[in-house]
Amino acid sequence: MAGVKTNSTAGALPRFLTPLLVLFILTLGALTLAITTGSVHISNQELWQVITGGGEPLHRTLVFELRLPRALSAFAAGGLLAVAGALMQVLLRNPLADPYVLGLSGGAAVGALLAMLSGLSAAMVSGSAFIGAMISAVTVFGLAHGTGSWTPTRLLLTGVVIASGWGAAITFMLAVSPSDQLPGMLYWLMGDLAYARSPWMALTVLAIISVLMLPLGRSLNVLARGQMQASALGVSVRPLEWTIYISASLLTAFAVTTAGSIGFVGLIVPHMLRLALGNDQRLILPAAALAGGALLTLADTLARTLIAPEQLPAGVITALIGVPSFLYLLHRSR
Amino acid sequence: MLAATDLVIDIPERKSGTPLSFEVKAGEIWGILGPNGAGKTTLLHTLAGLKKPRAGSVNLNKDNIQQLRRKQVAQQLAVVFQNNGEGFPATVLETAMIGRHPFISPWDIETADDLAIARNALQRLELSDLEQRLVSTLSGGERQRLAIATALCQSPKLWLADEPSNHLDLKHQVQIMGLLAEQADAGCGIVLCLHDLNLAAHWCDKILLLYPNGDACWGDAEAMLTVAALERLYDQELSMITSEGQTYFMPVSSRNARRD
Repeated sequence: MAGVKTNSTAGALPRFLTPLLVLFILTLGALTLAITTGSVHISNQELWQVITGGGEPLHRTLVFELRLPRALSAFAAGGLLAVAGALMQVLLRNPLADPYVLGLSGGAAVGALLAMLSGLSAAMVSGSAFIGAMISAVTVFGLAHGTGSWTPTRLLLTGVVIASGWGAAITFMLAVSPSDQLPGMLYWLMGDLAYARSPWMALTVLAIISVLMLPLGRSLNVLARGQMQASALGVSVRPLEWTIYISASLLTAFAVTTAGSIGFVGLIVPHMLRLALGNDQRLILPAAALAGGALLTLADTLARTLIAPEQLPAGVITALIGVPSFLYLLHRSR
Repeated sequence: MLAATDLVIDIPERKSGTPLSFEVKAGEIWGILGPNGAGKTTLLHTLAGLKKPRAGSVNLNKDNIQQLRRKQVAQQLAVVFQNNGEGFPATVLETAMIGRHPFISPWDIETADDLAIARNALQRLELSDLEQRLVSTLSGGERQRLAIATALCQSPKLWLADEPSNHLDLKHQVQIMGLLAEQADAGCGIVLCLHDLNLAAHWCDKILLLYPNGDACWGDAEAMLTVAALERLYDQELSMITSEGQTYFMPVSSRNARRD
């Protein structure tokens, strides 16, 4: 039996490993680009000196205190959103689902804007966004749960209605806020990494949930065929759905807290990967973490260099990159 | 193997029903017959433990099926559903392969053995050539055969199939009923929801008639399949033809009458 297992492992693992390796190299490339590009260019040689503990003090400060934390934050936020999107699509069995479809970003936005309006510090804005996202997640889940069973349709409808409720609250807050605060609020809403500080929390959450999801991958594949079929094939559907929902909510909340509500990454990255790599969640989830991270890292690098010294919101760039490449892939796939 | 004890299925609009007590034994093929909306599918899902009964219990080898872990149930019992192939895009081989899910532990991936089982099942159902096709591109009959191939991959001791002959042409109907009979001969218990009385008469050992008002009766096929009982069941006039030792039931319609 052991012999058979090694045999097939040799056959199946490369199928997973090759794309992941390619994505990993892409990620390293994106991070390197993000660290070396900017107002002061750092050559690869200089970067190597900095990494190995030498280099000029200016470069050291730039890399370790400014660019690396920001690049890693972008990577973490992108990865979190892409994994959350992939999970939501399986949970709702709906290709249109993204991390925000159930109103999480709306709750986070209301939290963040309230904190900004009250003139709180950046750290408090993040905390408030996180609380908003969690309130939204719990509300949607509680209401969709209701008295009966929760079907994907019911969860989706509840989420969409709650999301539009948050939307109204956001519009109201924008309408009544003083004009000097408006740009900051709009940047937050479009997704912005300028205030991202420590990436470690978000990276840790991304790593933990990605590892937790590994043994669940095959169950997710089965769940994608529908609740009944999954149950008949031995999946404990309800606990699995709870796990997915809670995981996706946490991922999204941390992403939104890190980078504001960046659009498109969570919807488009899982889809692109599915078009390119098939629909095995065991591959799609880790691939989404890497690809989403790399995409947002690149987008943020462009966002702060395209019209430097001015900065664009990273969310604009993810849309600019994501939309055409997604449409191309979709068009090509018959 | 699978025993119902004073089982009342949970259909919201229905006040009561005959409590069902029967046992599906190894080697038996049971047919559940009844008109649309009589609760055949609900009964099948309740027997599979997918739906809670209103009263009574279903036992899988002495254990209450509601208390078993789903994985333990799935290692012994396969369900073929009436509607297949919705959900995320997947290839034929991937779909057959999910039948192995109950046997693979979370940290493992499919082995060469699992792949061989899936390929065998596809070959058995004449789907080998479609291995890499997306399920969404298959015809209704092909999907039905794929659902049966997936159940075959589960190597179940018990088969619960909801209208397994749906969408199938005559050749494949015979093929699939033959496959199920072969499984029964190998010691499996089989429960089928059927609409085709002639398939039931030809293949089933035991028959359970389910009436829309919740009444039910069950027993040996020859005893149950009488014109009077079936006419009451379907509220439809029937005629019985015997040819070469086989019984056939035909609905009597005004069109037949016109031809006489």
